[in-house]
Amino acid sequence: MKRIPLAAWIGLFIIALNLIAFLFGPWLARFGEEELVGAPFDVPSPEHWLGLDQNGRDMLSRLLVGARMSIGVSLAASLLSFSIGIPLGFIAAIFGGWIDTVLSRIVDTVMCVPVLISALVVLQALGSSLPVLIITIALLDATRVFRLARVVAQGINVMEYAETARLRGEGLGWMIFREILPNALPPLIAEFGLRFCFTFLFVAGLSFLGLGIQPPYADWGGMVKDNQQGILYGLYAPLYPAAAIALLTIGVNLVVDWLLADRTTVQGEGR
Amino acid sequence: MALLILKRLALGVFTLWLVSVLVFGGTQLLPGDVASAILGQNATPASLAALRQHLGLDQPALARYLSWLAGFSHGDLGMSLATRQPVADLLWPRFWNTMALAAYTAVVGVPLAIGLGILTAVRRGGMFDRAVNVAALAMVALPEYFLGLLLILIVSVQYGWLPSLADTYPGMGLGAWLQATTLPMLTLLLVTVAQIMRMTRTAVLSVMDQAYVETAYLKGLKTGRVVLRHAVPNAAAPIVNVVAFNIAYLITGVVLVEAVFNYNGLGRFMVDAVSKRDLPMVQAAAMVFGAAYVILNMTADVAAIALNPRLRYPR
Repeated sequence: MKRIPLAAWIGLFIIALNLIAFLFGPWLARFGEEELVGAPFDVPSPEHWLGLDQNGRDMLSRLLVGARMSIGVSLAASLLSFSIGIPLGFIAAIFGGWIDTVLSRIVDTVMCVPVLISALVVLQALGSSLPVLIITIALLDATRVFRLARVVAQGINVMEYAETARLRGEGLGWMIFREILPNALPPLIAEFGLRFCFTFLFVAGLSFLGLGIQPPYADWGGMVKDNQQGILYGLYAPLYPAAAIALLTIGVNLVVDWLLADRTTVQGEGR
Repeated sequence: MALLILKRLALGVFTLWLVSVLVFGGTQLLPGDVASAILGQNATPASLAALRQHLGLDQPALARYLSWLAGFSHGDLGMSLATRQPVADLLWPRFWNTMALAAYTAVVGVPLAIGLGILTAVRRGGMFDRAVNVAALAMVALPEYFLGLLLILIVSVQYGWLPSLADTYPGMGLGAWLQATTLPMLTLLLVTVAQIMRMTRTAVLSVMDQAYVETAYLKGLKTGRVVLRHAVPNAAAPIVNVVAFNIAYLITGVVLVEAVFNYNGLGRFMVDAVSKRDLPMVQAAAMVFGAAYVILNMTADVAAIALNPRLRYPR
């Protein structure tokens, strides 16, 4: 076990905090999500550590409860995009030929349009609801996962052990689950961290625009939007949810940097 | 090289066409009927049918696509469903606002970022290099609205130097315009400068390790001359690429920043259209955004081909 650097410890600590809020948020919150406990934008007090929001609800409680939506939606979307992108990427790499060509062309085309614009077009047609949000983001994100999975699997597919398995007459299932997946796991796990970050910022951004997670659910992006007016009076209210979003992003980035530290990047592209 | 560039241009035109298919197809194939969206839940079947006919929705999809594309290529972007005004009249002023903000950011940011990138590469490992790198990493990870709100709090609320809302109107003077748009510009600047600077640093560093740079040093040339005349020209291609990529980001990524500062740009135009579910407005905005993105990426590739000696003479 190699020594874990300080930055990675900080990252792991931030992720652990967020995980606790995600799993147990509603039980840790002292006040209800919709409970009015005082005047709008009341300043922090021993009772309300982060003060009250634009409707007079407890900021800290809403942050804790909102973790469920903010993190949950992006986690669901990332998991879904990986379960679509990885099998398709592996299949494209194993079979090659026209399957690979068709899938790669479709993915290239979708990637020609900025993600935000594609997502807005879909949200216009279907309206914003949780399933639409999760599936749309997952499908758009699956294009990036597909590319990485395909490149990684292509590399593994020509290795001797994969060749041996094929000559032994192993089927597709064996090839994917016993040969390629275990060897492709490290880069894919690091990619999962980065894709989760991107999805998380994206969901929060859509909510900030009023097109993501809809009321009555509390979520961090929506809370920034709702409390935005407070900043004009010099209040920190909108900065708390924005800082929560920033903190989780930085935490995941620190851990991913550590995971990738001794590894050259598999592919040169960014988002 | 000319052939390579022509090929890239042809590919760009093809991509633009694909974008139009995607935008139109995306809005047509998905369930959700425009007519019932306009009339609401109380619509009678007869009025729905009449409206569909009026909007041309009873035509086959291919015919609608062709007439939409033909209109689009002549600058006819259709009529807004919500306001019944031509989309073009509403869209272009907003488009120019967004372009102006992007241009303002690029004019300040690109020289700053490239300068910082070269400087950190030369001072590799020093205090200055490390400080700039940590700051750049933080900027990339922070959401735009967090930076924007922080800037509003410090610059406009605490010190009152600049207005917090970017109110612009036609015919305002340059000075007033600059004052109104400097905060959104700074927000965009922080994000883009960080990315361009990091890429410039990497590109210059990879060149600085090569033998001919060492030779230049051994000839007794001053650091400034070695860096500017020997190293930077060979690092130009990746730098140009990341600059163009970031300007493409500026044009599409402004959506969030425009929302923070209430700036009347194309991003807020599109968000408003999406929340009103105004199909022609969304289609037009998506096409303009998509086209800007494709054209800038194409420009980046063409510039990279033109600047890279190895791509100039392909095998």
